[in-house]
Amino acid sequence: MTQSFRLPEGGLIDRSHRLGFRFDGRDYMGYAGDTLASALLANGVHLVGRSYKYHRPRGILSAGAEEPNALVQLGEGARSEPNLRATQIDLFDGLRARSQNRWPSLNFDIGALNNGLSRFLPAGFYYKTFMWPASFWMKYEYIIRHAAGLGEAPRERDPDHYDKTFAHCDVLVVGAGPAGLAAALAAGRSGARVILAEQDSILGGSLWSGSGETIGGEPVQEWIATTRRELEGMEEVTILTRTLAYGYFDHNFVALVERVTDHLSDRPAALPRQRLWKLRAKQVVLATGAIERPLVFADNDRPGIMLADACRTYVNRFAVRPGKKAVVFTNNESGHLAALDMAAAGINIAAIVDLREDPMGSASERAEAAGLRVVPGSAVVGTGGQRRVKQVHIARLNADGTQALAAGETLDCDVLAMSGGWSPTLHLFSQSRGKVRFDADLGCFVPGASAQAERSAGACNGAFGLSDCLAQGFAAGKQAVKDAGLKIGRQAGATPRAGNDDFLPARWTWEVPSDKPSGRAGKAFVDFQNDVTANDLKLALREGYQSIEHVKRYTATGMGTDQGKTGNVNAIGIVAAAQGREIPDVGVTTFRPPYTPVTFGVFAGRDVDGLLDPNRKTPIHSWHEQAGAVFEDVGQWKRPWYFPKAGESMSQAVKREVKATRESIGIMDATTLGKIDIQGKDSAEFLNRIYTNAWSKLAVGRCRYGLMLNEAGMVIDDGVTARLDDFHYLMTTTTGNAAPVLAHLEEYLQTEWPDLDVHLTSVTEQFATATIAGPNARALLAELAEGIDLAPQALPHMSIRDGRVAGIDARIARISFTGEMSYEINVPASCGLALWQALMTAGAKYGITPYGTEAMHVLRAEKGFIIVGQETDGSVTPIDLGMDWIVSKKKDFVGKRSLTRPDMIKSDRKQLVGLLTDDPKEILAEGAQLVERVLPAPPMPMIGHVTSSYESPNLGRSIALALIKGGRARMGQKVQASLANGGTIACTVTGPVFLDPEGTRLND
Amino acid sequence: MLVIPCPYCGPRCEIEFSYGGQAHIARPEDSAAISDETWADYVFLRDNTKGVFLERWVHAHGCRQWFNVARHTVTYEILASYETGAKPPKLDFVTQV
Ligand SMILES: [Zn+2]
Repeated sequence: MTQSFRLPEGGLIDRSHRLGFRFDGRDYMGYAGDTLASALLANGVHLVGRSYKYHRPRGILSAGAEEPNALVQLGEGARSEPNLRATQIDLFDGLRARSQNRWPSLNFDIGALNNGLSRFLPAGFYYKTFMWPASFWMKYEYIIRHAAGLGEAPRERDPDHYDKTFAHCDVLVVGAGPAGLAAALAAGRSGARVILAEQDSILGGSLWSGSGETIGGEPVQEWIATTRRELEGMEEVTILTRTLAYGYFDHNFVALVERVTDHLSDRPAALPRQRLWKLRAKQVVLATGAIERPLVFADNDRPGIMLADACRTYVNRFAVRPGKKAVVFTNNESGHLAALDMAAAGINIAAIVDLREDPMGSASERAEAAGLRVVPGSAVVGTGGQRRVKQVHIARLNADGTQALAAGETLDCDVLAMSGGWSPTLHLFSQSRGKVRFDADLGCFVPGASAQAERSAGACNGAFGLSDCLAQGFAAGKQAVKDAGLKIGRQAGATPRAGNDDFLPARWTWEVPSDKPSGRAGKAFVDFQNDVTANDLKLALREGYQSIEHVKRYTATGMGTDQGKTGNVNAIGIVAAAQGREIPDVGVTTFRPPYTPVTFGVFAGRDVDGLLDPNRKTPIHSWHEQAGAVFEDVGQWKRPWYFPKAGESMSQAVKREVKATRESIGIMDATTLGKIDIQGKDSAEFLNRIYTNAWSKLAVGRCRYGLMLNEAGMVIDDGVTARLDDFHYLMTTTTGNAAPVLAHLEEYLQTEWPDLDVHLTSVTEQFATATIAGPNARALLAELAEGIDLAPQALPHMSIRDGRVAGIDARIARISFTGEMSYEINVPASCGLALWQALMTAGAKYGITPYGTEAMHVLRAEKGFIIVGQETDGSVTPIDLGMDWIVSKKKDFVGKRSLTRPDMIKSDRKQLVGLLTDDPKEILAEGAQLVERVLPAPPMPMIGHVTSSYESPNLGRSIALALIKGGRARMGQKVQASLANGGTIACTVTGPVFLDPEGTRLND
Repeated sequence: MLVIPCPYCGPRCEIEFSYGGQAHIARPEDSAAISDETWADYVFLRDNTKGVFLERWVHAHGCRQWFNVARHTVTYEILASYETGAKPPKLDFVTQV
């Protein structure tokens, strides 16, 4: 295809660098420097999408971030990305894009039937239609998602990587138009650390849209180049192009996304696709420019109807003619500027239809002098053309501009350039919680009082003349440096001279009058992206939605990714007019971040897969892997779950591990248990206050089990603590709770008992721990231990000694979580594997069997030992667990007072019990609900749930633990448990200890 | 994202800290002697202040020290930070202690 709408010369494109691209299956050519939108227009393509609700044909409206129509699906496969604005996609060779919202094709779209049915799709139609019955929602949703929707998310995993970086600066300047460049110059010349962020690929902003302007006597292009060179020469200045400041958060935290490789056809694998900048700025200068407004008139959405300044931009920056014959429709000077530049590019200007009675200003004077036809005091009241505008209908207005008189002439055209005035881009200012105010002369909202350390300069601050923009930019840059507390060293320099024409005077007509009776004219769109018309807004008001925030939500105006960029002020103006109020009384809706959509990938950055959360492995991990262990995640740790032999199922492996441990000897890696070293002369008192039981009388060399509560009386952790010396203890915590328990201890120590002499150190990773359990545990340890008396009287259950095991310094604790005689052997972490291997070798004659967490769970459940987080869920007290024996009546401890609150002593609290199914082969599901009796249909009163459930090889049947209301008073009674297959099974309530209640095995 | 001035380390980004709720809530000395209601107030009830709020933070990914902060709950402005146990600084804005 030829670029038949490309001008022979001019523009910021490289004609020597041709780029091929494909849109909707057709191949086109463009040039380096093009956007997808400008390249499509160069090829005469205006129709680029269907609208969201009515599926009306839509074309390119704008040349920037405000684009509501030209949203495309870019790329293919895993790299496909929906809803990108064609106006902001830098063209590259091989680019692939397709239009959205059309089915089966862009030219013939079945959803366009909605347009004919539009009286059934009024404002709030989702609420009205789909409210009831709820079960229908599923069907509606399917249809809606199929017919509409905004593009598709890729199904594949994102193949790209993303980076994050933190940065600080003295002055952040957002926007590199004339005001932003001036601000960056002024701040940079002072020596301040400056970051200049520009979403576009180039510096200069609106300067590239105009023609013939000068700064300091030289063409603006020269000034941009000079300024860029000067800024690049400053050591403390960083220029970020293709970088969007998408959100302004508390304490001058501004989030930016830099598109690093999106614009390249060959993307270096070493580079991230995008980079998230988490920037803290001492001071911010917002130089975000302004967005031109459409005019609201009947059928104002046909392809070829564009913003006037966008037409200028395509002509001047991209050397593209948006059409051959243009009508301009304006209420201010901007339309005349567009007409002049289009005429200069050889576009036939059919007429400039001006809402003003008597157009005045330098641009309209020049238009008149150039012989362009101006039709004053008139309006476009309708348009024709299916996939491209073909005609416009114009009508004369009455004197006050409120009524269209009889229909006038019809003009042929293929472009309609419209200008309804300008709206400062206040999104970041508003996000920073700055208050906006309405400027009646400018016909727009401008920044009012600041809430954070920022100031606005240029068009976003209501300064629309170039000289004013430069002056405000220089002043803002200087002020920002001063407010950042820096001395202004070198001179910021004088503001260069420039012209100062703005777009005034204007005539504010929020909704263009129609020559047809209400309801008979075509749709007049206010918000193109969300398909909201002027009548939708008025309907919302009639239905009682008075607040602008309610009107916004009911009609969807300015919502979603659009954030009211083109439609917001027109919508407020129309609402104000309909309510007979002034615009300031109607107020504005809140702008939300992001300014334009940001991809999820950049938030994830490198924090994916193994880098999302630490994968913690014990020093013995490699042995487990070689042994074929299946691992489970416990907190951040990888723990062996079970060690299947060839051909073994999980159930078979666990059964074997459990049997071996009870009958001979098992070995488990217990390294992951949290270990906190506690020293200081008040350590015993500290433990007294933290644990429910008493610690003062624990002898050196002895261990004690403790329960830890929060202040509400609920169990938060348990574990064994050993007294190593007079003022030295070693606490163990559950694997997943090591960090929270340390934080809990530190908090009480610092905030409640700062007078206690206690020092806490996490030593979890300093030790490796092998636990050997079973009748042969002592015999095995005796072979390898030196310097320690293992005799039952010398090292009884719940005691600890230092010694050597297999030649390694070791701390041996005789404690048990299995109910078997059991030794926890702690050695320096670096010796963990050596210890393990020595135990395996020496234990071979006993058939030593490594067991995982599942076997450990079975072994402890047979003994009725709880697991915090399994038998407890943050709402369980020691009394509920039947552990009154460990709760001191004498001393105070954290959570004690709560245990006697009325709610805590109720007899119908859920209590821990054992459960035996009538069918010993049936293994209940953990979490299964329990009822007293099964009723014919739900609801049935639930009395509790299963917390642990296993097949017990030692008992030869299934066992379960459960929390049941008033459980201890139900011993021997039947309850019914739900099964996964929808059935139920009867169970008998028992005590929670199934094996060796006297504890003879572990005390041997 | 706030900048929180740790009294020990200086200003740091909010992501280094954990929040600890209202400050200056005294743990009852003799809990056995107080009513269920008084105890429940201590455990469960906190103010929901619109304005300057004295609150606890811990520099969890830094020095691990707890301290107090005076923060405006509407503007998020941080007016002061001070060590645990210290009296709050005199602030015109402080409406409650
Ligand atoms: Zn700190």
